[in-house]
Amino acid sequence: MKDTPDPGPTFPIALPIQLAVNGKRHQLDLDPRASVLDTLRDRLGVMSVKKGCDHGQCGACTVLADGKRVLSCLCLAASYDGADILTAEGLGTVDQLHPMQQAFLDHDGFQCGYCTPGQICSAVGMLDELAQGMPSHVTPDVRKVAELNDAEIRERMSGNLCRCGAYVNIVSAIREVGQGQAASAALPMPVAREVTR
Amino acid sequence: MTTDPKTASVGQDRVRIDGPLKVTGTAPYAFEQPTENPAYLFPLTSTITRGKIRAIDASAARALSGVLEVLTHENAPKLLAKTDTELYILQSRDVHYFGENIGAVVAETQEIARHAASLVRVEYDTEQEDTRFRPEHPERYNPGKINTGIPADSKQGNVEQGLAEAAVTVDEVYATPYEHHNPMEMHSVIAEWDRERLDGVLGVLGERPHLRIHDASQGVSYERLMLLPLLGLLPQQVEISSPYVGGAFGSKGIPHAQVMLTVLAARLMPGRAVKYMLSRQQMFRSVGHRLTTHQRFRLGAAADGTLTAITHDVQQSSSRLKQFAEQTVNATRHLYAAPHRETSTRMVPLDIGPATFMRAPGEFPGMFAQETAMDELAVKLGLDPIELRLRNKPDTDPESGKPHSSHHLGECLKEGARLFGWEKRQAQPRARQEGEWLCGMGVAAATYPRQMTPPTKASVAFREGKYHVGIAAADLGTGAWTVLTQIAADALKVPEEDVVLHIGHTDLPLAFLAGGSTGTYNWGSAVMVAAVNFRDRYGLTPAEGDEAEGSAFFPDEAKKYMLDAYGAHFAEVKVSTVTGEVHVTRLLGVYDPGRIINPRTANSQFIGGMTMGISAALHEESYLDSRPGYGHVVNSDFAGYHIAANADVPDVQARWIEHPDPMFGPTGAKGIGEIGIVGVPAAIGNAIYNATGKRLRELPFTPAKLVE
Ligand code: FES
Ligand code: FES
Repeated sequence: MKDTPDPGPTFPIALPIQLAVNGKRHQLDLDPRASVLDTLRDRLGVMSVKKGCDHGQCGACTVLADGKRVLSCLCLAASYDGADILTAEGLGTVDQLHPMQQAFLDHDGFQCGYCTPGQICSAVGMLDELAQGMPSHVTPDVRKVAELNDAEIRERMSGNLCRCGAYVNIVSAIREVGQGQAASAALPMPVAREVTR
Repeated sequence: MTTDPKTASVGQDRVRIDGPLKVTGTAPYAFEQPTENPAYLFPLTSTITRGKIRAIDASAARALSGVLEVLTHENAPKLLAKTDTELYILQSRDVHYFGENIGAVVAETQEIARHAASLVRVEYDTEQEDTRFRPEHPERYNPGKINTGIPADSKQGNVEQGLAEAAVTVDEVYATPYEHHNPMEMHSVIAEWDRERLDGVLGVLGERPHLRIHDASQGVSYERLMLLPLLGLLPQQVEISSPYVGGAFGSKGIPHAQVMLTVLAARLMPGRAVKYMLSRQQMFRSVGHRLTTHQRFRLGAAADGTLTAITHDVQQSSSRLKQFAEQTVNATRHLYAAPHRETSTRMVPLDIGPATFMRAPGEFPGMFAQETAMDELAVKLGLDPIELRLRNKPDTDPESGKPHSSHHLGECLKEGARLFGWEKRQAQPRARQEGEWLCGMGVAAATYPRQMTPPTKASVAFREGKYHVGIAAADLGTGAWTVLTQIAADALKVPEEDVVLHIGHTDLPLAFLAGGSTGTYNWGSAVMVAAVNFRDRYGLTPAEGDEAEGSAFFPDEAKKYMLDAYGAHFAEVKVSTVTGEVHVTRLLGVYDPGRIINPRTANSQFIGGMTMGISAALHEESYLDSRPGYGHVVNSDFAGYHIAANADVPDVQARWIEHPDPMFGPTGAKGIGEIGIVGVPAAIGNAIYNATGKRLRELPFTPAKLVE
């Protein structure tokens, strides 16, 4: 054979990485090529994050890393040393669903459910971005705080593909949670109850 | 169904039973099934289109630490019967298409497997190939029969006479591209071989190999039936599970090569589970696609719109390795009345991977042509397109003369027009402009037939105070977990909480796959019969362990009728005069679906189909590089192959007119998984014509085709 390829460095090379996943700390020795996504799924058995493309094109792998939504397939685990990762099962459990999970259930915001954990993490992160006043492509005036409306939700959720086509129900679910959050933010601070003797 | 309406579960809005698992991400899909110390597979795929493998040098890969095995045709276990050419892999040096699985590396981790695969060197002797689809291809052939077993050609009356008599005619060519299903969950397999004591039907067989598979499958029973003759195994030796499937749309209907590849690799390391999830790029190679079509459609009509002739001549792509003859002409044979009618199907053999079912095979491409042609006819006649369709509604099935078991297309069209505000539509194109946007409305009819279903069974067993209902069905996101529970609860006359459903495993009673929109009426029928048998035998107070089976029942009388679901799609679009971009601002579907078991999951099925219809209309096309030496899809990821995103789908609504149809079986349901996509691209294309005056006859409607 003419050009027998150079096999490159001998694996495994292992890098010591610390990750907190859904509140649990892990000290890991990782292949430097490993993504956060593959580390969660193949090394830690955390399957509540999904792989839909491995190329940052579908959103199925969305997790909250230190509170921000990220595509975990594009995150090398080595560069997330020390990060706090939250997946859908860290947001809520079957017995105690997160309000966003409850809203997806109530509005039937899914069919096969494969894009769903990513949609839910993305929606939680997205409402947070909106609350912080980040504009989007459809925000009419970027100097003003973007308001929560369907166009903003659709635009900001367009990185999360759903082949089952649950989009209109996804928007209803997020709208409901977003409006609830906005309403509770507008409530006056609770006043301490008077103590009677 | 005869349950007391107060306690009935069927027809009620029910949250998905599998919902809590899905919103927390804890429903285990195939790749996520717990396995001890699995090994990971990465495939070797051909980089030529046609020829023979001369040599494979895997020495560098084998030398890599962590590599467990390199599988090629040289060391692959022998398969027994060549019952399926798509699954009969690694048995020779032959290469049939670009990207075909020609081997695999198995390693301790995914990273190592993938790296090692890149180190394997393959030399080929190439042969002359042909991957360029074109009409009038010299080798095109008549397949005799097309899918669903109907003849490839049909003829009634004399179409030339019918066209000569017509006051107005349409004669156009319509085309649909290759498409790929792209469920969000890529196909995934875990295979493990063991040895087990087998006490089979043939007596004690002793120690025999036992194969355990976790697959993303639309039907484990039929998957197993297809694998057995190739592997030379008895049914008891193969076990397949698939409780949750992350979308399928036909691509997981029958097993493709990746299942056999993983099974063969695992055979080389008994006792160790081998896992393989395709990459998104590999999804464009060997797990099926929607074939491409070239369709000549001719219509003739009298001045009042009455059709005199319909002809539909289809030429479509085919893999030389395995034919898939889509029933593109089917709906044309049944939807509209006309005394003179003719259809034909020709296959164009190419060196490409096999096509397979993709949501509404046949009806999807065929109805794009038919419903666009009907709109063109309406324009020529100066007639409202809804009125044209109503005038040509047949009294009986135009081909067989049989009466329809139920037929509510007219209601769908009229009710849809009312709900959509059709009266606001201007018949004249380019009559509505808002800034840079030209706006328009379009309509198309939809139809989807009753498909034949091979034997399907279900069981009911009473254990620990619960009724355990078993059937090897599959829930692809369709809602089967929920609706089968509802059907079982009513049939057993118990609350849903007392029913525990078991699906997605070959240990359960044999069931036909989730395909052809048959799931609810086919599995539902089997569950109802099993429940009735159970109550007949054990009454209302069964004892622990009591069990009964039942087979799906369909009335004999149904043979006397033509069985179809119907619907109508209404689209409103705006088209930019600057960029040619199309926005579907509203889409409404109104259906005649028989009985609706669960309005919530049904609604999702309809809007899901319609959303995929928007996707097909605006974006989807797999570009096959057909230059010599190539033959692969160049846009093989989501950056190149666009599917509808959230922002593409502002307002999609479904309504239905519920007329339960007992000829479809005891559930009265007609099947709703596919009709939501049928005709949607035509409705959108017709709306684009109404907006712009431009008639598009090729999918998808990309900006380049519309820029002014
Ligand atoms: S898997 Fe990360 S974006 Fe698709
Ligand atoms: S629910 Fe199936 S892909 Fe979104």
